[in-house]
Amino acid sequence: MSSPIDFLLWVKGPAFDIALAVFVIGVVVRLLEIVLLGRKQDLAEPKGGEFGPGLRTVMTRTLPETGSFKRSPFTVIGGYIWHIGFLICLLFFVPHIELLHSVLGIKWPGLSNHIVDAVAVVTMVTLVAMLIDRITHSVKRFLSGPEDYLVWLAAFLPIVTGYLAYHRVLAPYPLVLGIHILSIEFLMVLFPFTKLMHTFTFPLARWYNGAMAGRRGVQS
Amino acid sequence: MSKATLERGLNALREEIDAPVAAFFSSCVNCGLCAEACLFYTETGDPRYTPINKLEPLRRIWEQEFTLWGRVKKALGLAQPVTDELLQEWEPLVYDACSLCGRCSMVCPVGNDIAYMIRKEREGFVASGNAPEGMKGASTRAIKIGSPMGVKFPAVQAQVRHIEADTGLKIPVDVEGADYLALLSSMEIMNFPEYIEALARIFKQAGVSWTLCSEAFEATNAGIQIGSSDIAAELVERVVKGAEKLKVKYVISPECGHAYTAIRWEGPNLIGRRYPFKVVHILELLDELRAAGKLKTKGMEEARLTFHDPCQIVRKGGVLEPPRNLLNQVAANFVEMSDHREMNWCCGGGGGVSANERADELRLKVFARKKSQLDELNVDKLVTACANCRLMLEDGLEEYRVELPVVGLTEMLAEHLVEDNE
Repeated sequence: MSSPIDFLLWVKGPAFDIALAVFVIGVVVRLLEIVLLGRKQDLAEPKGGEFGPGLRTVMTRTLPETGSFKRSPFTVIGGYIWHIGFLICLLFFVPHIELLHSVLGIKWPGLSNHIVDAVAVVTMVTLVAMLIDRITHSVKRFLSGPEDYLVWLAAFLPIVTGYLAYHRVLAPYPLVLGIHILSIEFLMVLFPFTKLMHTFTFPLARWYNGAMAGRRGVQS
Repeated sequence: MSKATLERGLNALREEIDAPVAAFFSSCVNCGLCAEACLFYTETGDPRYTPINKLEPLRRIWEQEFTLWGRVKKALGLAQPVTDELLQEWEPLVYDACSLCGRCSMVCPVGNDIAYMIRKEREGFVASGNAPEGMKGASTRAIKIGSPMGVKFPAVQAQVRHIEADTGLKIPVDVEGADYLALLSSMEIMNFPEYIEALARIFKQAGVSWTLCSEAFEATNAGIQIGSSDIAAELVERVVKGAEKLKVKYVISPECGHAYTAIRWEGPNLIGRRYPFKVVHILELLDELRAAGKLKTKGMEEARLTFHDPCQIVRKGGVLEPPRNLLNQVAANFVEMSDHREMNWCCGGGGGVSANERADELRLKVFARKKSQLDELNVDKLVTACANCRLMLEDGLEEYRVELPVVGLTEMLAEHLVEDNE
């Protein structure tokens, strides 16, 4: 890798293939590890269904319970802002849509660069604020280990490097773009080995919760 | 019980891991929101009491033995093992600072049912010998004597004789072919015999065919509280045998929260077979009688009163409407607490906490949550439907020097009953 261009080509080529393979195989293995464990048949006579209440909980847990929201508004609002901001940058930035179109063959309308740019700034600021909260809030600091900070970094880097690439700062551009793509690959490789997996497992967790409560006649 | 060892504890933890547990641990992002739902955290501010933290031993077993990456880390010596020291350190978190109330399971944004996992984790604590002395004692008494408080059937008979003498009613015992077998909790037998009298009066008026069983009168189950499926199964089996012997159609779970969880939800799974009878909670039965016009009452309570939802009956049991329907029949000024029904706050003494003397100080401290709920309402009476909650509420109110009568709902209904001779 003698030049930034070589670096970019490596990142877009072999490195991406490796990251994608680790991501896809890793996530599938993790999901299989969960569902193959199964659960024992419940012999108690049910009061309600499982499937419907389970699906309802999958949806309703997207909104916070009022009391815990009042007690911890920043966690909830900060969580919404950065997750939504991250998804907007990922899915509605025109160059990303073009990339996904070339891979998946489907496309959708994007947002103007100015909007995505502003969303990226808000997302970065929120992520920094959430990191400060994690370090200062007694419960979060207590619960947090190296993995929590590692996944924070993995979520933060793609936004920062994307922002720098878009604004053509810290030239040469191919190098910055290469670093941006590498940061995504870092995120993808970490996915199956960390709590980033919640992206795929939360619907399962919510469903089990709602289903088990539903059986007892309670909507959880 | 065979000798408790770390190895047995670890095996017990392994056996408890299923797909929901794996999905829950995989989804936790350490957001800390469960802390805000737990009275042991909100009233102490101690982050160790964050519900998900109480599961660290079980989480380690899951990560190190049920995930590929965890196994690699373990092989490389990068994993922290579950040791006796860890279990000893966690024991007060798992037993003193968790009432299995399940409120955390209602708020987790990724949907983790934390109480489901704590119940499972306790199996490993018991098997490794790390359980509070008070709860071990209650479990031993339940197995050897037949009741966690050491109550034997002659004590029930004594109460029955008193009630029969006072009321002139006959309390049926060991009647084969009765429709309903009524179970009791030790606390009702010893502290609140009014409950038995209330049953006798209500069932007479409603024409319910019922009986007590001399071999199966105890509904409480120390096994599910301490987390020993072996003990729990033996206690459930006693009830099932009694019910089968008397050929009843229904078994009535008394006003006791965890008894309902034990006999209604865990029971068939503990003994590995479905029951040949149905289980109803007393409030469900009373509500059925009310709907059928068989529960005739007169007069209304004028006192401003509220209802404390027992966690195991309401949030974990699905008996949501019956207490409200019944209260509205006899109370003119029934008001709800700010958080009620499935979001109610625990009395602090569920899940075996009340049987664990070591936890008394903490339990009374966190009762501040219930007190502040009551302070908002300014009520004259507190109604509940669990003998354990009732005792804990009385204890807490006394500690905080609040004069507020606590009554059982069944008993309150009996007070308003239209007697046959009227």
